[in-house]
Amino acid sequence: MAVHKVIGTETEYGVLIRNQPDFNPALASALIINSYPGDRVRVQWSYEEETPGRDARGFGHDGYGVSDPDSALVNAVLGNGARLYVDHAHPEYSSPECFDPLEAALADKVGERVMEMAMTRAQQTVPAGQIVKLYKNNSDGKGNSYGAHENYLLARETSFGRIIRYATTFMVTRQIFTGAGKVGSENGRPGVPYQITQRADFFEEEVGLETTLKRPIINTRDEPHGDPGRYRRLHVIIGDANLSEYQLFLKLGVTALFLAALEDGALPDPIDLADPVESCWTVSHDTRLRAPLSLDEAGTATAVDIQMRYLEWLAKYVERELDDPVWDRVIAEWAATLTDLESDPMLCADRLDWVAKKRLLEAYVDRDGLDWSDAKIRALDLQYHDIDSRVGLYHKLAGRGAIRRLFTDEDIEQGVKTPPSRTRAYFRGRCVTQFPDSLTAANWDSLVFDTGDTHLKRVPMMEPLKGGEDLVGPLLDQVEDAAALIQALGG
Amino acid sequence: MSDRERSRPQGRDNEQEEAVEEVEAAESSATEGIDDLLDEIDSVLEENAEEFVRNYVQKGGE
Repeated sequence: MAVHKVIGTETEYGVLIRNQPDFNPALASALIINSYPGDRVRVQWSYEEETPGRDARGFGHDGYGVSDPDSALVNAVLGNGARLYVDHAHPEYSSPECFDPLEAALADKVGERVMEMAMTRAQQTVPAGQIVKLYKNNSDGKGNSYGAHENYLLARETSFGRIIRYATTFMVTRQIFTGAGKVGSENGRPGVPYQITQRADFFEEEVGLETTLKRPIINTRDEPHGDPGRYRRLHVIIGDANLSEYQLFLKLGVTALFLAALEDGALPDPIDLADPVESCWTVSHDTRLRAPLSLDEAGTATAVDIQMRYLEWLAKYVERELDDPVWDRVIAEWAATLTDLESDPMLCADRLDWVAKKRLLEAYVDRDGLDWSDAKIRALDLQYHDIDSRVGLYHKLAGRGAIRRLFTDEDIEQGVKTPPSRTRAYFRGRCVTQFPDSLTAANWDSLVFDTGDTHLKRVPMMEPLKGGEDLVGPLLDQVEDAAALIQALGG
Repeated sequence: MSDRERSRPQGRDNEQEEAVEEVEAAESSATEGIDDLLDEIDSVLEENAEEFVRNYVQKGGE
């Protein structure tokens, strides 16, 4: 039986301070994190519990996940249960653990708002003439990529070999509805005017542990952030940062559903591509969605064909196994989008970032007689992802109703302040808001409190679904301070 | 029943013609929409596209 698909996203943002002579991206990222004006606690992130070097295939190496004594300078846990921190040279928002794909899509958009708030405050601290900018994209167009990762909870007993066998083709073909679009190509791939994804050019392996070079379609990082005897966390690195709310929901919902069906043994024999890595580039470069992908068995299929087959399987699975109406919605939107993509991809300009941006850029190409390689087209591409809602082009389109929304601005503001209610993120977020001075260290699966006693008190949270409002809400309403909380928890 | 339909009673042709007109109307309103949109976007566009694109350099991440 599939474990409940707890979902979370991690997004690294492009960062820039214009007109700053000694611009340093790590310092700029730290400035962003430390400028966030909402509820947050700067904490030591306890890396000793993290094992990013452990490989799900059963081997691993040391040297990853080293503890950083200065991590409290660039690590904050927010009142909504999220983590806001500096990862290498980028500010990153890791969403709280979410109960379903709709909540997870909202949490990802909340991250954008958190970044915008931090950016606005950071702007007030830099000298006149300097401008702080953040971009929710995944490439600088010059061969440098940064990530937008998704995380899905899986059962430990699900064999990783099965995940590789089934999910590889799924990940390659889902790009048609996960891409955020990009002008040109990078990393030595053949030239194209425009392609579906920001990231495909950077994927060079089928399976592997790396995330920064020779990126693999299936990442094997085995770091469950929960009871390792019960759980896996699939760390999906082959995806783009999306601005479209609809697209976030579709990407997270369809993927969670696919993984649940995989765990439940509800999928027929896998569809194997003859060359997954080559197919990954082919799919991304084919904006007409007609390219035949060679299958292992013989014959070919397009990415849409293959996704249509998955849709057929998963619609039956939902009907048979799942009661929550959110999954019916996933199926309905997926079906509608695949149908439109098959008849004319441009029909999805109201839903998918890559199509919305393509339509906009095509209009400029036509009106101004520009070539696709023109600097103005490249500038427009970048500006689509500018998170400043006054000038970002996604925001201009959404503001005119040209891109569908699933959430209101109020939903997003609410999500900035309050954690999801049905996962352990609830406990984390409430503790940040209620006991900011006592919280000293945190990790996804624990919190450490200084209650004034001789020892620090660690509260483990090894079950992602335990720690929600039902379980700990009444207790948190009663206790006056962290010491009382620890006492009530039996410590 | 409209005058036009009375003067051209072949229903099928008529429907097709109306369908074409509808598509043209939709296309022209979409074009108008996009013209407006481009005008709006022109006012917030990066002033020096070349410099902006050249200076947008990120370190790899993840």
